[in-house]
Amino acid sequence: MRKCYFDHVATNPLHPEVLNAMMPYFNEDFGNPLSVYDLGMRARDAIEKARTEVASLINAKPSTIVFTASGAEANNFALRGIAIAKQSQGKHVIVSKVEHHSILNSARFLEKSGFTVTYLPVDKHGIVDPDVIKNSITKETILISVAHASSEIGSIEPIKEIAVIAKERNIIFHTDAVATTGNIPVDVKELGVDLLSMAAHQFYGPKGAGALYVREGLRIVPLIYGGIQEGGRRAGTENVPAIVGMGKAAELAKNEMGDRMQHCRKLRDRIVESVLKIPNVYLTGHPANNLNKRLPHHASFVVEFIEGEAMLLMLAMKGIYAASGSACSSRALKSSPVLLSLGIPSALAQGSIVFSLGMDNTEEDVDYFINEFPQIINRLREMSPFAKGWGEAGEGEKCYTG
Amino acid sequence: MKFVHDVKADLTADIVYMMCPMHLLKLDEMIKRLEKGQVLEILTDYDGALEDIPQWCEKTGNEFIGMDEDEDYYKFYVRKTVQ
Repeated sequence: MRKCYFDHVATNPLHPEVLNAMMPYFNEDFGNPLSVYDLGMRARDAIEKARTEVASLINAKPSTIVFTASGAEANNFALRGIAIAKQSQGKHVIVSKVEHHSILNSARFLEKSGFTVTYLPVDKHGIVDPDVIKNSITKETILISVAHASSEIGSIEPIKEIAVIAKERNIIFHTDAVATTGNIPVDVKELGVDLLSMAAHQFYGPKGAGALYVREGLRIVPLIYGGIQEGGRRAGTENVPAIVGMGKAAELAKNEMGDRMQHCRKLRDRIVESVLKIPNVYLTGHPANNLNKRLPHHASFVVEFIEGEAMLLMLAMKGIYAASGSACSSRALKSSPVLLSLGIPSALAQGSIVFSLGMDNTEEDVDYFINEFPQIINRLREMSPFAKGWGEAGEGEKCYTG
Repeated sequence: MKFVHDVKADLTADIVYMMCPMHLLKLDEMIKRLEKGQVLEILTDYDGALEDIPQWCEKTGNEFIGMDEDEDYYKFYVRKTVQ
């Protein structure tokens, strides 16, 4: 049976060249980067090379990159680290409602620790309105965090505009760029952000490697205390193979980005076109096929009358791997807070499904998918009481107008 | 401890919130960038620096000018007196 991996926002396979680059650091070059002898020095040099490659991917100086163990750690580090460092100036933080759990739960932790948090609403495409941010800012605001793009709905946020607003008011601005870094151009100077989170496994690097860009001269309180790794900002013996892998993946992503985007976008467009032909299926996130508005490898939908998990299982039986929104909500069988914040009714949000393409996918994969998916929806709808008019809306009747 | 105010520094090392012993490593690194007679300013919130930095000066023969306090961190001033 054909295997179609359409869940690249969950994680990506490791690029073979990345694995090759990592191998020596599992074997002969196992030294601790802080050791003074040659083994340590080789590990240290490898980390510094990776730092240069990751910095180059986002147009930053190497000294501004702090390696972490994940994108989630980078997000936690940014929110807590800046909030604590700046608390003498104010205790108000702004985040959007379509953030990843690593931002939302960090924000909740800050609330419990005496900070006030504003959760920004979004429009029906999941986009934050810069004017709403302006109105949410108070004299106490010290930090704003808005994701570059949501991996659940693929919409890209107006980061540049928000950065200007934050800068004018001397507020620190962080963006969670885990979904974008290595997939679309990310340039910290152009975006104007103070901090930016990324994760290696989102661009064919290994799991267990992430990084936080911290603008030069910005003070941040560490999340993990210990030794002087990462310039005294993040303790713990470095995961040398993973960091080396992240560096190699960054180098490859930079060189191949144009081709990868074009490849994925073509396949994605075919998926969107075919899926929207099925009755009572709606695109979620921004409808524009435009790099400023939507991730080029991302297609997300809500399918009326049936449930996302059921679709996932039936797709998996056909060798097609997809997601029903964020991994966390999916496992908890909870309506996605991101979809609810777009104004999608709770019942319809249950029918959420996300396809994300990668360079390993082919036209044949998409042909196979286009043939199988409508059949799966039909079979599930035949079983669904809601499709027979027992629900809020009858068959063929629209309960959501997108 | 000698307290000083409005010392003009030629170079500043901002290591506020960075972990110990970054203050000593930064001292070693930054002092190399200065000419003899120039002044290095170190900003840190680490209490151990109150002992470590004057001791480092004694050990290396550089002049410890003194310290100042900001709201939530210390400022130390060191003059490079040895090449």
